[in-house]
Amino acid sequence: MIELDRIVKEYQGRRVVDDLSFTVPEGAFCVLLGTSGCGKSTTLRMINRLVPFDAGTIRIEGADVREVAPEILRRRIGYAIQSTGLFPHWTVEDNIGTVPRLLDWPRNRIRDRVTELLQLFRLDPEAYRHKYPHQLSGGEQQRVGVARALAADPDLLLMDEPFAAVDPVTRDALQAEMARIHQATGKTIVFVTHDIAEALRLATVVAVMDRGHLAQWGTPLEILENPANEFVAGFIGGEASGVQLLALRTVAERMRPGEGAEGKPVSPDASLRDALAAMMARHADRLPVVDGGGQRLGIITLTDLIR
Amino acid sequence: MTASGPAAPTAGALMHFPSLRLHNRVLPVLIAAGVAAVFGSGFLSIAPNRLLSGRPVALWAAADSTLIVTIVVCGALLLTVAFMPLHRATYRAAAVVAALLFLAILAAAGQGAAALAAGAPALARVSLDAGFWVLFGAAGLALIDALQRAETGIAARLCVAAAVAVAFVAMAEAGLFDALSLAREYHTRRDFFASAMVRHILLVVAAVGPAVAIGFPLGVAAARRPQMQGPLFAVLNLLQTIPSVALFGLLIVPLSALATAVPALAAIGVGGIGPAPAIIALILYALLPVVRNSAAGIGGVDPTVLDAGRGMGLTPRQLFWRAELPLAAPVLLAGLRIVVVQAIGLAVVAALIGAGGLGSLIFEGLGQYAADLVLLGALPAILLALMADFLLQTLAALLNRRFGR
Repeated sequence: MIELDRIVKEYQGRRVVDDLSFTVPEGAFCVLLGTSGCGKSTTLRMINRLVPFDAGTIRIEGADVREVAPEILRRRIGYAIQSTGLFPHWTVEDNIGTVPRLLDWPRNRIRDRVTELLQLFRLDPEAYRHKYPHQLSGGEQQRVGVARALAADPDLLLMDEPFAAVDPVTRDALQAEMARIHQATGKTIVFVTHDIAEALRLATVVAVMDRGHLAQWGTPLEILENPANEFVAGFIGGEASGVQLLALRTVAERMRPGEGAEGKPVSPDASLRDALAAMMARHADRLPVVDGGGQRLGIITLTDLIR
Repeated sequence: MTASGPAAPTAGALMHFPSLRLHNRVLPVLIAAGVAAVFGSGFLSIAPNRLLSGRPVALWAAADSTLIVTIVVCGALLLTVAFMPLHRATYRAAAVVAALLFLAILAAAGQGAAALAAGAPALARVSLDAGFWVLFGAAGLALIDALQRAETGIAARLCVAAAVAVAFVAMAEAGLFDALSLAREYHTRRDFFASAMVRHILLVVAAVGPAVAIGFPLGVAAARRPQMQGPLFAVLNLLQTIPSVALFGLLIVPLSALATAVPALAAIGVGGIGPAPAIIALILYALLPVVRNSAAGIGGVDPTVLDAGRGMGLTPRQLFWRAELPLAAPVLLAGLRIVVVQAIGLAVVAALIGAGGLGSLIFEGLGQYAADLVLLGALPAILLALMADFLLQTLAALLNRRFGR
C-alpha cells in the first residue's frame, strides 16, 4: 500500500504537483494518466525519492519513505523507464542482476533468478543471458528492462511510460505480458502513461492528473461512464469514450438469452469490442453466443452493443 | 573494327580480354612515389666527413643485386594486388609482402652503406638520402594500408608490429647498419643516448601523470556543473595558445625566484632551468585535452542510464565507478592518446631550457650542423610517439570490444 498525503512539488516557484493525495491499495495496478507536463512522472519519481518533494508525506506499507536512505529505499522498489536505461556495457545477465548484486545475493541465486525472469518474459535464457543490450530489439530491451526491475522481487514496481517508445505490435504484446505478470505476481504497480487505451487495458485503478491535481480517481469503468469533469471527459475522448467502453464490457452483460442465430459464435467472455469486430468482419448484425462447452446461451445484436 | 561490323562479335571479343580494373588507388600511388624517389634522388649519400654534405648514390649503385631484386619483386607484387578484387586473404598476403619490402629497404640501406664505406677513407660518412626516406615511408604506408584492408584483428596487428621490430633489432644486432652515419653517431654516444631516452620518457610520465591527476577531476566537475565550463576552458585555451618556447621562458623567472626563496625546493632540483619548468609547462599543455575529454566523456554518458541506475539504488559512487567511468573510457583514452603524443613532441623543445631528453641530441646536432645527430634525436622521438599512439589505440579497441560496441 502506498499513501500520498498532501504532496507538493515546486519548480522555480511553480507548483507542478499541488496538494496531491491518494492511496494505492495492495496489489493494485494503478495507472497515472494525463497529458505531458501534468506532473504524473514527477509524482512517480517522488515515490522512490528520485525527486525530492517540498511538503507532505509518502508512506509505503505505513513507513515514511524519508525514514531510510534513498538508495536502500530504491533497492526495494522496482523501477523501469521508457528508454530502458540498460547499462550498454553489461550483458543481459549483469543488467538483470544489478539490484541482487547490490543486495549481495550469492552468485548462483542471482543466476537462477535471471533464468527465471528471462523465462517469465519468454526469452530463451541461454540465448539471451550473454547478449549486450545493443544486440536486442526494442521490445526485447524493454522486456529486459522490466525483468531488471523485478529482479530482487520487490513488492512495488514503478514504471514510467515503459512502452511508449516501441512499435504498436510490440507494445500490444508487452501490455499483454505486463497484465499476465501482474496477475501472476500480485505486485503493486504504479504505471505512468499518456495513452488512454493502455491505461484502460492495464489498470485496476486510474488516477487522471491535470496540472498537478488529481482530476479523477476510479476504476477504468467508472472513469469512462462517469467522467468527473470536462477535462476528464475530454481526455478520455468525449463521445468516442463509448468505443473505449466496449473493450471493458463482456458479451455476457449484453446478450439476449434464449434466442438463436446462424453463423460462427462468440464466447460470452469476449469483450463487446471483439463482438463488434466479429460482426463487421462477417457482415452480420447478430451473432450466436456459445460458451466453451458448446452450450448455446443466446444471441448478441448490433443494437445491444450501443444500448 | 569497321562501322558496318555487327555489334555482337565486338561485345564477344571484348569478353576475352578481362578489363584491368584498379581496386586500390593507394598502392599504385605509393609505388609511383617509390619509383620516382629511386630514379629521382639518391638512396644513400657519401660525404668526406660527418659535417660536410654528401654526394648522392643511387639505389642500384649502392645496394646488392639480391636486395634490389627483392625490392622490385615486392613492389611488382603490390602493384598486382592493386588490380585484384578486395579479398581479405589477398591483403593478408599483401601485408606480408609489404613487411618484407619494408625490411628489404632497411637491409639495402645497411648493406649499401657498408659497401660504400668499405671503399672510402675512415672519416667518410654514409647517410640515408631522400630516396631512402620516400621508399621507406611508402613501404610503411603500404603495410598499414594492407593491414587495414585485410581487416586484421588487434592481435594480428600486434604480431606484425612485433615481427617487424624483432627483425629490425636482429638486423641491428648483426651489425648490418654499423656503416651508416646514424649508427656511428649512436655508437659514439651510446650511453648519452640511453640516458636521454630514459630522461625523455620520464619527462613525459612526470607531466602526463599529474596532468591526469589534476585534469580528470576538473573535467568531471565541469561535466557536473556546465556553468563552470566557460571560464575553465577559456583559461586552458589561453594556455594552449602560448608558444612552447615562450612558456618555457616565462617559467624561468618565477621558478628561479622560488628556488632562491625556498632553498629546500632548490635542493630537490627545482630551478629556473632544468626539468622543473619543463614538467610544469608540459602539464599546463596537457591540461586542456585531459579536461576537455574528461568533461566530454563523463558528460556524454546517456542520462537515462544514470537515471535507471539511481532508480535501482546505486549510490553516486557506485554509479561513477560502474557506469560513468567505463562508459566514458573510450573518450578518456582518446584524450590520453592526444596528451601522450603531444607531450613526447613538446618534451623535445624542453631540452632548450636544460631539461635533457632526446631534444638535447637534436639541439647538439643543430649546433654542430650534423644532420645525422639531429636524426638520432628526432627518429626515436617519432618512434616513441608512434608506439604510444599505437598502444593506446589498441587499448581503446580492446575496451570497445569488451563493451560490445
